[in-house]
Amino acid sequence: MALISKIALPDLDYDYGALEPAISGEIMQIHHQKHHQAYITNYNKALEQLTEATAKGDTSTVVKLQSAIKFNGGGHVNHSIFWKNLAPVSEGGGELPEGSLASAIDTHFGSLEKFVQKVNAEGAALQGSGWVWLGLDTELKKLVVETTGNQDLLVTKGTNLVPLLGIDVWEHAYYLQYKNMRPEYLKNIWKVINWKYACEIYEKALL
Amino acid sequence: MQATTTTIPLTCSLFPLQGSHGAVGPSKCNHPQWRNLQRKCSQKAFQIKAQFELKPPPYPLNALEPHMSKETLEYHWGKHHKTYVDNLNKQIIGTELDGLPLEDVVRITYNKGDPLPAFNNAAQIWNHDFFWGSMKPGGGGKPSGELLEMIERDFGSYENFITDFKVAASTQFGSGWAWLAYKANRLDVGNAVNPCPSEEDKKLVVVKSPNAVNPLVWDYTPILTIDVWEHSYYIDYRNRRPDYISVFVENLVSWEAVSSRLEMAKVRAVEREKEEERKRREEDEDIIDDAEPAQVYLDSETEESEVE
Repeated sequence: MALISKIALPDLDYDYGALEPAISGEIMQIHHQKHHQAYITNYNKALEQLTEATAKGDTSTVVKLQSAIKFNGGGHVNHSIFWKNLAPVSEGGGELPEGSLASAIDTHFGSLEKFVQKVNAEGAALQGSGWVWLGLDTELKKLVVETTGNQDLLVTKGTNLVPLLGIDVWEHAYYLQYKNMRPEYLKNIWKVINWKYACEIYEKALL
Repeated sequence: MQATTTTIPLTCSLFPLQGSHGAVGPSKCNHPQWRNLQRKCSQKAFQIKAQFELKPPPYPLNALEPHMSKETLEYHWGKHHKTYVDNLNKQIIGTELDGLPLEDVVRITYNKGDPLPAFNNAAQIWNHDFFWGSMKPGGGGKPSGELLEMIERDFGSYENFITDFKVAASTQFGSGWAWLAYKANRLDVGNAVNPCPSEEDKKLVVVKSPNAVNPLVWDYTPILTIDVWEHSYYIDYRNRRPDYISVFVENLVSWEAVSSRLEMAKVRAVEREKEEERKRREEDEDIIDDAEPAQVYLDSETEESEVE
């Protein structure tokens, strides 16, 4: 029987309180230790059941497990990107993008301000839980803003889409601090966005 | 985002034969196009219609403490629920939806699973009104009487029902709702894919729904709901949704409200059956009155069988 490669909670590159005042330490701690951990725990559990069902040739169980794998696996992938998209101000969080990504944003959205407005508007309009993304379409060499529901990956909106920047708009990402004011959360998160990371991914994806 | 489609038929068949909740006369559902829904009335004087109101919960905002805090209700009712009301009123003013009962707005805008822009706000108003009414101070415990009998009949036991309800509420991925509903519909509900098409009619079912969707769109009659959007429990329970669900069941459910909703649901189902029976009889009479074409039909069928 094949070994199951279980996933583990990745460490953050900064302390829970390091993104304050944009995102509170309490939010970061629960978000990372509880929510992200729960996706990992449930993904590993589903994977174990999947391995067992596969070995037994139990197709109906294999099929039944897909939704839990998609949801929990998606939660792990999306949060892992999200943590990288954030950085404390002292470590470059909020510093504007430079180089090829900065000019691509100008080309595709008019300006960084217009891009931010678009992300904020689409993120605020998303019903229920989900994500708002800056993605690169590697085929068309084009930047796009997309939203995905729940824990769906960006790639569900297009097979050539690579996520450069993902913002979590689940209520758990902001509720303790911003309550029902999702637009305020979206406005403030730009103060801790790690553009350096997005630029790196962009340049690698274009190679 | 505004819908720009112009060919969405809104025919009378979208209205299920439900009598007691503000049935709509034919004059209000004869205009089939969404562009009509969006069209502003040309005469301003006729634009002002009854707006939906933010109805308060049937108890003070601190009455559910310590199980659900005043702070939670201040945000959940005073901000979230209020925003849905404000936004819907802005969205539908001067459209064909303006002036319709809320339940009809929900059904019409669900639009057979391809929701129109007003659906989220309309359904969320309905869901929240229904949620506040599903709770009471000093609630919880066990239901009794006919409700308990039906729960035991349809789930095997009260404990089984609680397990099903808790599983539905805790496994709703993302935002949404879990429901206990009375199901007295046909297999094809016209408005959506029926989530339990093989179930027997006239029974209680547990279902869950994402975001704003509610069982009205499947033509079920909800009798209990729990909101599992994170905003409904995050202040009091943080990420611990299962704890919130347990407390809801043990300390907050108003079984009196659920019982009386069940009564109403059954009365409505009987009314609908009578109405359908009446229609069937009318159709039968039409066929008898129209005997000649029936004869022709029989003849042609005979010919066909001869060809074979």
